Amino acid sequence: MIVANRKSLEEILSMLKPYKRVLLLGCNECVTVCAVGGEREVGVLASELRLVRSRDGEEIEVREQVLERQCDHEYIDQVRPYVGDYEVILSMACGAGIQYVAERYRTKPVLPAVNTTFLGVTLEQGVWSERCQGCGECVLHMTGGICPIARCAKSLLNGPCGGSSGGKCEVDKELDCGWQLIIDRLKELGQMDRYEEIIPVKDWTTSRDGGPRKRVREDLRL
Amino acid sequence: MRLNYPPNVKVVKVPCTGRVDILLILRAFESGVDGVYLAGCLEGECHFLRGNLRAKKRVQYVKGLLDEVGLGSGRLEMYNMSSAQGQRFAEVAREMTERIRVLGPSPVKRNVKRES
Repeated sequence: MIVANRKSLEEILSMLKPYKRVLLLGCNECVTVCAVGGEREVGVLASELRLVRSRDGEEIEVREQVLERQCDHEYIDQVRPYVGDYEVILSMACGAGIQYVAERYRTKPVLPAVNTTFLGVTLEQGVWSERCQGCGECVLHMTGGICPIARCAKSLLNGPCGGSSGGKCEVDKELDCGWQLIIDRLKELGQMDRYEEIIPVKDWTTSRDGGPRKRVREDLRL
Repeated sequence: MRLNYPPNVKVVKVPCTGRVDILLILRAFESGVDGVYLAGCLEGECHFLRGNLRAKKRVQYVKGLLDEVGLGSGRLEMYNMSSAQGQRFAEVAREMTERIRVLGPSPVKRNVKRES
């Protein structure tokens, strides 16, 4: 899933300073699972905003709405009947959702309430961890199912580097060395011969270096 | 026991403090209450195993939110007592009432009144 962090209340308040009528949009997908922008978090932020404004004797009207997804226009269009009643949209979706809402309502300011951080997994209730950087050219078959791009701080294709010590990364002593994880896993799989193979230079044009990416499946188009 | 405790304390019954959601506490403050405290069972004696421990964590979290919104974390507290400790219940009600008196009325309440 896409994992995000809530922006500080201070930052959100400074963005909202000129506005009194706010449409607060949550999303039922990734940000609900990582507990940052679902129904509950929308409720908490709306409550915080009302408490602050009320404390200062200022007005605010916050309409709380949670869309099924903010990355599909069908759901974004559901708020069209009343979006005009609000001065601003505050979105708790990932960066993709926030942008798509902004694209659909071109005359309405759309503000981010979260910082989108990574593609990851739930390690345990309340703990999430990065696993993928969407580089567009997967090498997991060569690296024991552990991604050197996302799990190595340097994204080395042939690691580890000299900063690996006791299985930890020099960037942070709490951080596992991605290449140590790869080697351990290859050993478990009895595939250490793969470690001997040099992975060639990666073509980064499939990643961000090739510009914003787009995927089209002609057979699915209407 | 026929113990007295301050009449300003309004009791909201829940099956377990584990039922108390972050939003329940925030909504109470939005409605203008001056303070909130949770009276959970003694730690280690939760009928639902960890309800009171969950509540404790949530209270800590909401204390942070209350500081952020400027109401102050002192307006919220978690207490633990058994159902057999009526004396303690009354004592805590007095203690919390005193604490809130010192803090004064909630600024939210003041503005709710002004609007009406």
